[in-house]
Amino acid sequence: MLANLPARLCTLALSLFLIAFALPAMAGPFEDAVAKFANDDFSDTDAAIGVVASSGNPLAFPIISALKDGRLMADADSKKVYVTGTDGKSVDAATGAAVASVPASASAVRLNNRLRRTVDAALGGLTLLSPDVATRIQAAQSVFKSHEESALPVVESALAKETNKTAKTALSEARAAIILFKPDASEVDKLEAVATIKSRGDQEAMAFLTGIGSDQPASVKAGAASAIASIQSSLAVWSGVQNAWYGLSLGSVLLLAAIGLAITFGVMGVINMAHGEMVMLGAYTTFVVQEVIRTRYPGLFDYSLLIAVPLAFLVAGAIGVLIERSIIRFLYGRPLETLLATWGLSLVLQQAVRTMFGPTNREVGNPSWMSGAFELGQITITYNRLWILVFTLAVFAILLAMLRYTALGLEMRAVTQNRRMAASMGIATSRVDALTFGLGSGIAGIAGVALSQIDNVSPNLGQSYIIDSFMVVVFGGVGNLWGTLVGAFTLGIANKFLEPVAGAVLGKIAILVLIILFIQKRPRGLFALKGRAVEA
Amino acid sequence: MTPHMLTRSLDRGATIFLLVVAAIGVLIPLSNLLLPTGSFLHVPTYLVALWGKYVCYAILALSIDLIWGYCGILSLGHGAFFALGGYAMGMYLMRQIGTRGVYGNPILPDFMVFLNYPKLPWYWHGFDMFWFAALMVIVVPGLLAFCFGWLAFRSRVTGVYLSIITQAMTYALLLGFFRNDFGFGGNNGLTDFKDILGFNVQADGTRATLFMLSCLALIIGFLICRSIVSSKLGKVLIAIRDAESRTRFLGYRVESYKLFVFTVSACMAGVAGALYVPQVGIINPSEFAPGNSIEAVIWVAVGGRGTLVGAALGAVVVNYAKTFFTSGMLAPYWLFMLGALFILVTLLLPKGIVGTFNSWWEPWKAKKESAAEVSAAAEDGVTEPKMAE
Repeated sequence: MLANLPARLCTLALSLFLIAFALPAMAGPFEDAVAKFANDDFSDTDAAIGVVASSGNPLAFPIISALKDGRLMADADSKKVYVTGTDGKSVDAATGAAVASVPASASAVRLNNRLRRTVDAALGGLTLLSPDVATRIQAAQSVFKSHEESALPVVESALAKETNKTAKTALSEARAAIILFKPDASEVDKLEAVATIKSRGDQEAMAFLTGIGSDQPASVKAGAASAIASIQSSLAVWSGVQNAWYGLSLGSVLLLAAIGLAITFGVMGVINMAHGEMVMLGAYTTFVVQEVIRTRYPGLFDYSLLIAVPLAFLVAGAIGVLIERSIIRFLYGRPLETLLATWGLSLVLQQAVRTMFGPTNREVGNPSWMSGAFELGQITITYNRLWILVFTLAVFAILLAMLRYTALGLEMRAVTQNRRMAASMGIATSRVDALTFGLGSGIAGIAGVALSQIDNVSPNLGQSYIIDSFMVVVFGGVGNLWGTLVGAFTLGIANKFLEPVAGAVLGKIAILVLIILFIQKRPRGLFALKGRAVEA
Repeated sequence: MTPHMLTRSLDRGATIFLLVVAAIGVLIPLSNLLLPTGSFLHVPTYLVALWGKYVCYAILALSIDLIWGYCGILSLGHGAFFALGGYAMGMYLMRQIGTRGVYGNPILPDFMVFLNYPKLPWYWHGFDMFWFAALMVIVVPGLLAFCFGWLAFRSRVTGVYLSIITQAMTYALLLGFFRNDFGFGGNNGLTDFKDILGFNVQADGTRATLFMLSCLALIIGFLICRSIVSSKLGKVLIAIRDAESRTRFLGYRVESYKLFVFTVSACMAGVAGALYVPQVGIINPSEFAPGNSIEAVIWVAVGGRGTLVGAALGAVVVNYAKTFFTSGMLAPYWLFMLGALFILVTLLLPKGIVGTFNSWWEPWKAKKESAAEVSAAAEDGVTEPKMAE
């Protein structure tokens, strides 16, 4: 519908012009014009469309669109005109008052092909004047792209009436675009137009200024060139901001996946290769919760994640405790063997999930509050990424508080720093180990809930995160959650800044190589625990 | 000096192992080539290729056992050295195709023609000569291991940290080799080989010879490992495994020892890969997958780390089981079994098959031979090491 808007606007402008001369004076022009629909005469209808469309009356849009669809009913005897809505209810076209029923004598106002074009054009103009802000903005943007000179009067009248700030900007940009391409516009106007478009400042504005043609005055050309340069530099800043945001988002995902690993590794010195599978179990818990909700309580769908978070924590945490009690506690002091056993465990868990849920991706939906996006300057921020960042930071804060202020946290820190001394002080280290492992696994489960929102839920979900998580832990250092935080965000941001330069894969390789080199400098990570213990 | 060292280092188990490998290496090819197809003792060609694969895995397992069993370095990236050796051999085999490729380009392999390479990348030069490729099979993995090890050991990266960064290394290579612009055929890898040294790689005779060479390489590799671990150097390695700091305090340059053994091990893995590729007929980036390297570690664990014989045995046993189970109706359960193997072996059989067998056998033997053989007891310390911390 918006595609040939300029043509419609052109016709509209013409009809407005005609009306202005053909019908010089009328009392209550809108009501009179509406009554003309009842004459069942094509030229009267034409005139009526023109008046109604330019009236600015809120009824104009429903009337014209009803006319187009054959829903505008006119009673030739009473000269009354009714709009029948798509829902079957009718209103009086002149007053907007609801009517119980349209008289039987009324019939739809007829159109011929010429009138249909007029109607289309009127509707196009009405979208610029439409009561809906989004429609107006869209119409203005389409004018900006087409910069059809004939649309100028309508744009200007719309601009004069416009109260919404965004729509006003869009309209003035549309106007500037038209003026820049208008051969007889003054140089001052054109320079002003360049300034307006420059303030828009996005890729499209740059493309527009690049394509203004060579028949412009020299000053305009120079203005456009400097505008392009300034847009370019501001775009560079924005793309930096965007990379930073993507990096933060990736970092939050890494942090979420690595934080549980950091705890178990820090406290127990255990590398849990099955950690990724705990993430996967959390994601599948989300899937099961959503399935139950879909079939039994569809109204609760928006709360599905809130239900899934504690459940995933419990499921993954319980399995974690089970693993610790049945396998890992027999392997203390043999970290390399633990690594192998947990790798085996990860194979078993993956295959078990593959057997139960099938090898393909399962669909996990976004609740309404997590879908969609908003614009911030020149970048688009999706709600799910934003929520995951917020969620990650919340989990981090809770965990930090837990380690700091609870008895278990105190015991965990004590065991991290010096296991034997902690045991001598009466801390039941084996209980702390089991709970730590459960906690780490439970957090992995929660991570799974979040990751199910942005990644495919498949049995391989965990594997794709495990190496990255290790990198975060190794980079950040052990026994200090802040190290994990800094590590995750550093890696995330570095990755996203390298990506445009080196490409996604090479960027990742570069990161891996950098970490391997970094480990040479600081073998115990960024934030290493300081102590007197000599590694055996 | 060397013959003495060899005989001294060979106990009964090692001798039996060498004889068995030599017998297999001679008998299987002979049976395949000389006996008629219908004969009961005839070994079909596909089995020769399959067992050739196992023997290559055994060499890889041996190389892992050398560093893990005797020096406590758990590398989760040994598959990378194996694959690099394989790629070096694959590049030679690609160059041998010549004009017989689909596009018939005498210089460029098919995938380069397909990807519009204007000329051969610089690192492909020389691979048309076998001696150069054979050298690269050893040099490339060795060089990577030397650089990597030099960085890692010098800054005292040990234990799980080292394991994790070796895994990162192979992962980085995996990502790299998947790329088309790396010049190694992207995810299709190198395949469709025709000739090796003028012999058709598909021919029975070539396959049998390759099998024989693999067994020979296994024997040589075993002897090299034996001579390393039973020398004074080997004793220092075991000391490093059991108490690294203490060894350092005693004045040994721990990192030099580690670096030496790590590099030797990587070269061996490269040779294994080079023998693997012509027998399997393809090399692609999936060989770099971290999972493969970890699986190779479990072969060693199953067979018994720090026994050498056990590593080779474990590689054959686990891979035979894999072939057996993944081809039948039990295929969906193979991963359960492999996973359970990882868990059960580490929990219940920490010494592996050979290690456990030794710990039953040695006391009995010691009783029988009483205190007469003091030197034998000293050697037992080598063949049956205690587990590291």
